[in-house]
Amino acid sequence: MKSLEELNAIRDKMADLVGFRSEEKGVERKACQYERQVLVCAGTGCTSSGSLKIADALEAEIEKAGLKDKVCVIRTGCHGLCALGPVMIIYPEAAFYSKMELEHVPEIVAEHLVKGNVVTKYLYKETVTDEGIISMHETPFYKKQYRVALRNCGVIDPENIEEYIARDGYQALNKVLTSMTQKEVVDCVMASGLRGRGGGGFPTGKKWLFAMGGEPGTQKYVCCNADEGDPGAFMDRSVLEGDPHVVLEAMAIAGYVIGANQGYIYVRAEYPIAVQRLEIAIKQAEEYGMLGDNIFGTGFSFRIGLRLGAGAFVCGEETALMTSIEGNRGEPRPRPPFPAVKGLFAAPTILNNVETYANIPQIILRGADWFSAMGTEKSPGTKVFALGGKVNNVGLVEIPMGTTLREIVEEIGGGIPNGKKFKAAQTGGPSGGCIPASNFDVQIDYDNLIAIGSMMGSGGLIVLDEDDCMVDIAKFFLEFTVDESCGKCTPCRIGTRRLLEMLTKITEGKAELADLDKIKELCYHMKSSSLCALGQTASNPVLSTMKFFEDEYIAHVVDKKCPAGVCKSLLHYEIDEEKCIGCTLCAKNCPVGAITGEKKKPHTIDTSKCIKCGVCASKCKKSAIVKK
Amino acid sequence: MENVTIKINGVEVSAPAGSTILEAARYAGIEIPTLCYLKDINEIGACRMCVVEVKGARSLVAACVYPINPGMEVLTNSPAVQQSRKKTLQLLLSNHDRSCLSCVRSGNCELQTLCKELGVDDDGYYDGYKPHYELDTSAAHMVRDNNKCILCRRCVAACEKCQSIAVIGANERGFKTSIGSAFEMGLGETSCVSCGQCIAVCPVGAIYEKDSTQEIFDAINDPDKFVAVQVAPAVRAALGEEFGYEMGTPVQGQMAAALRRLGFDKVFDTNFGADLTIMEEAHEFLDRVQNGGVLPMITSCSPGWIKFCEHYFPDMLDHLSSCKSPQQMFGATLKTYYAQKMGLDPKNIVSVSVMPCTAKKFEIGRDDQNAAGVPDVDIAITTRELARMIKKSGLDFRKLPEETFDDPLGEGTGAAVIFGATGGVMEAALRTAVETLTGETLQNVEFTEVRGVDGIKEATYPVAGMEVKVAVASGLANARELLNKVKAGEADYQFIEIMACPGGCVNGGGQPQVPSKIRNVTDIRAERAKALYSLDEGNPVRKSHENESIKKVYAEFYGEPGSHKAHEILHTSYVKRTIN
Amino acid sequence: MAQKATVPFTGTKEQEGELLKVIAELKDTKGALMPIMQKAQDIYGYLPIEVQKIISDNTGIPLEKIYGVATFYAQFALQPKGKFRISVCLGTACYVKGSGKIYEKLQEVLNLKEGECTPDGKFSLESCRCVGACGLAPVMMINDDVHGRLLPDDVEKILAQYN
Repeated sequence: MKSLEELNAIRDKMADLVGFRSEEKGVERKACQYERQVLVCAGTGCTSSGSLKIADALEAEIEKAGLKDKVCVIRTGCHGLCALGPVMIIYPEAAFYSKMELEHVPEIVAEHLVKGNVVTKYLYKETVTDEGIISMHETPFYKKQYRVALRNCGVIDPENIEEYIARDGYQALNKVLTSMTQKEVVDCVMASGLRGRGGGGFPTGKKWLFAMGGEPGTQKYVCCNADEGDPGAFMDRSVLEGDPHVVLEAMAIAGYVIGANQGYIYVRAEYPIAVQRLEIAIKQAEEYGMLGDNIFGTGFSFRIGLRLGAGAFVCGEETALMTSIEGNRGEPRPRPPFPAVKGLFAAPTILNNVETYANIPQIILRGADWFSAMGTEKSPGTKVFALGGKVNNVGLVEIPMGTTLREIVEEIGGGIPNGKKFKAAQTGGPSGGCIPASNFDVQIDYDNLIAIGSMMGSGGLIVLDEDDCMVDIAKFFLEFTVDESCGKCTPCRIGTRRLLEMLTKITEGKAELADLDKIKELCYHMKSSSLCALGQTASNPVLSTMKFFEDEYIAHVVDKKCPAGVCKSLLHYEIDEEKCIGCTLCAKNCPVGAITGEKKKPHTIDTSKCIKCGVCASKCKKSAIVKK
Repeated sequence: MENVTIKINGVEVSAPAGSTILEAARYAGIEIPTLCYLKDINEIGACRMCVVEVKGARSLVAACVYPINPGMEVLTNSPAVQQSRKKTLQLLLSNHDRSCLSCVRSGNCELQTLCKELGVDDDGYYDGYKPHYELDTSAAHMVRDNNKCILCRRCVAACEKCQSIAVIGANERGFKTSIGSAFEMGLGETSCVSCGQCIAVCPVGAIYEKDSTQEIFDAINDPDKFVAVQVAPAVRAALGEEFGYEMGTPVQGQMAAALRRLGFDKVFDTNFGADLTIMEEAHEFLDRVQNGGVLPMITSCSPGWIKFCEHYFPDMLDHLSSCKSPQQMFGATLKTYYAQKMGLDPKNIVSVSVMPCTAKKFEIGRDDQNAAGVPDVDIAITTRELARMIKKSGLDFRKLPEETFDDPLGEGTGAAVIFGATGGVMEAALRTAVETLTGETLQNVEFTEVRGVDGIKEATYPVAGMEVKVAVASGLANARELLNKVKAGEADYQFIEIMACPGGCVNGGGQPQVPSKIRNVTDIRAERAKALYSLDEGNPVRKSHENESIKKVYAEFYGEPGSHKAHEILHTSYVKRTIN
Repeated sequence: MAQKATVPFTGTKEQEGELLKVIAELKDTKGALMPIMQKAQDIYGYLPIEVQKIISDNTGIPLEKIYGVATFYAQFALQPKGKFRISVCLGTACYVKGSGKIYEKLQEVLNLKEGECTPDGKFSLESCRCVGACGLAPVMMINDDVHGRLLPDDVEKILAQYN
């Protein structure tokens, strides 16, 4: 493909097929070659719960029913509501089926696809109202969301470049190559106010600007950080699985701006589906002339290579990532020199994360003003969060910056399960902190999160309830950083380990009040003196929990109690004599024989033998065993 | 270069653009402490000792790698900086075997010095889990003790960057990181060449040579043993540092006096062996040139280099001169010619060498290094070990008189003494080869083109109607580069000198350790080499073939250079080795 | 910390041929070491000294550098994995939903510690950080199968499915 005309021809050819899936309100759905389209989520979450088998079964049933020419099955990327997986949507009704099971397939085909009757009982219950079925976009989970980075996820077939083109794909690349100077592009990105979505929040335009110029013909590189290592975050994976071309297009744009002809995507090997879709997308983009030599006949050439990570969280740090691509241990290097000056293979390099890139084509096409009108003044645009933990609607959400934590947890997330109380939200993963209920109404953006001792991070948002012990949570993250520290610099290598040891002392009830000061002192040392961001932020989970949940720390240290009942050394099990009926179930199940008693008489627990596994309490039918 | 002005602790300082904060601070008379930093070799900003405050920076920055910018304001000694350095030291100590009293580096340990200077005491502030590592004693020449390692990685950089070997590196990650070989092999199982450059740069007691001093004391105290010692040229250029002399002070006379007082039966000089080497090597070279032998011929004095060639260029072994090294030639002559002459049973001779080198400990155990049926050299110690012996024996080195070596194996020329500096063997060989070829006396014996600390040097000399092209390399990374050129047919040298250690033996792995504080601002190689060149200049005899004792040993024993007897006693063979 | 493989190496000539082909293809690519190691692990299942030696001998990269890389990244294995590789997610979302207890239960049932393999070579156990199936937390993977919404009591039942 060499021209805009050819690109537009594909777009127009595909317009009806893809437009058929429009969820836009008030826009009439145009007919397409199919009577119905079935969109099955083929993201990791739904695939894990068997969505691919369901898609295969659907196709078989459709064939059997003789509907092959009338109904098509499209495997898309993530729709966001992972907890309801596997999910699928059938158009034109926009019927949102959730928690699909193989056994339901024949019924849905027979009723919905053959007869045209939506099988309401299998729909996501929030979409079933008294007035009929509503679009999932009108459910509380989606209503407050606004999809920019995820606009194509769950809508298109990520393995078909033409579906991407139908959604204005590669128009932005064409625009910059044929009608914009490098300066104009970077000005546009700068004016949009887009900040790095990988965690740091550095202005993207500025980053690009630093890498511009220099001797013509200088080897430069564009890298994409797809090494999403923050446990509990999967935004980037969803973009790569659901809309891989957007990343390729944006990287090519970046290549044009700084004068690079080679890009690398460094992607976690733990994301096999993303890797596979990227491989397909790169191949298709090359076939269609969107990557390779002389793109759109402009003389600009750009290629992208894939590099797989191998399981090291620190490789999400930019210098470590480049060191890793170079074939070394992924250890960070001191900055300066910054990558824009001396990055990959010592050449000027820019590195952005997946979600950042996913915003670029839209900014180019719709303008900086459109983008900066969303979100807050200093953090324009939207942010994708992976909502997890103790919340009803676990999944992926994209919200305008400035949305409050309360809106995310209570409205989008549907609140806390089992009537438990919200305790805190953890953002930023091992580099972030815990936001307590008192900050429930804080507007989420880069600066506000830092101000309250957390950080945006890549976008993991884990909800914690009253059953979570904050010391244990801090310890959990420290265990992670101890495991993931690269070992290069002293404060992180030894500091994280010593900090974990001190926290363990607390959870075991062996700490004294003075230890709390010692912990803080070490936290600040690691913050001020570590080589890279991993070490500098490793103490955030500790500092923020100490700040907001000091009483819990004190309870552990002074009263030797774990208020949430998590820290094993600090709790014991007791049998309530009033309630115990002497059924002996607990004694039979105790793995260490710590429970004794006569039949039909109250039993007792020998605390010296008890290993606090909790089996007895879970087996007791009378709730007579209590954790104290 | 343009200068940049910054403010350090409120005072304006001007330093060349591109300087680091650490370098700029020196202009202001401020020494910022460092541990992992070695100029040009290990600039990784890892230990965090050198952190300073930079106005506007989010965190403290590592002065060793942070470049200065105009108008920058730096605080090198603020409370935050002091606190950070203290914490870093406390953390390091919490994972360090603190048996300092028995440590070989006590007194010149960089960690110990910093703790003392910054007021950090041994109170176990952060003590916690400390992994226990087995000592690696598998190599002939050294011990690695990871319990003392502080992971500064200076050894790794020396091994990989200077020597292009990389048999040690960082393994595992995080708190589990340790320095070791692949699959935790013992160093003796790897293709380590025993150069000891890792020892030379280790700031603590984590890497050290195997100490043989007690063996020597025992031999000296054994009335049935005749204990003779030889001392390599480079030792006299550095031993003084152990006793407070300025770097580059030659201490030949006091050294001889010290050895005599230690109780050696004879105090000889490796310079004699060096002159003998020149006789044999120059002869071999001329023979190869005149009779179509394999060229270029490469020198064989440096046992680290020999082992390197055997491991990494096994197909080039026929380029190596078959001459034993000066140490081994000396030892072989001691146990044959000298033993015969003095009526000694070689079995009762204990042949001791003092070397700037750790590979010499490996070399004495090689095959084909036992001319008299017993090892040519029995015990090889380093300059550091000799200093230890002197201190242990209560000798006040600075008050010792200047004495001379014993005859006849104590006579050496100026050509021999420069063996200790890169290019020295080449120069010495040229002095003899040129006179032999032309039959005329050299007007100027100094071949300055092959002197100096450059890693690779080249020169062409017209001699008796032919062009002699020579090259000199020191440091094995440079050697590798040169050999690859030879292998690829891109170079047509006839004669090459290679020394394993950068700068040659003066900077050998057995020389006194120089703290990074001094190492980073001083060119050890050049300073110590000066001592040798001054000894050369001051020696009335500057050509090996004019050494009277050498003439005598040929007349009485070997016959001619390259004779059958010389070959049996003074030449050796090499083996192909694999890379591990 | 002993890193020598305890299981005898059983690599075949065919595997070596395959690896040499990979090396020949990638050798001149910048930063090829990790892709080569990843392919080598695909071929052999793990990276014992014999395999790392082949890589070293044919790329000129020192063996220690390869070993340093192999021990830095969690995904490179120096020991062979079991026929069924169990991987329990200890990512945050799974952790707060009790994956730690699942992991403990597996350790107990199989009598394995992190990274170990049962003597019959059937199961190996490891933990991982987020497979991205947070919606199904807590999750474990056995080879490519994802088992989600787990309770400790499910463990034995699930293991029984693998023979």
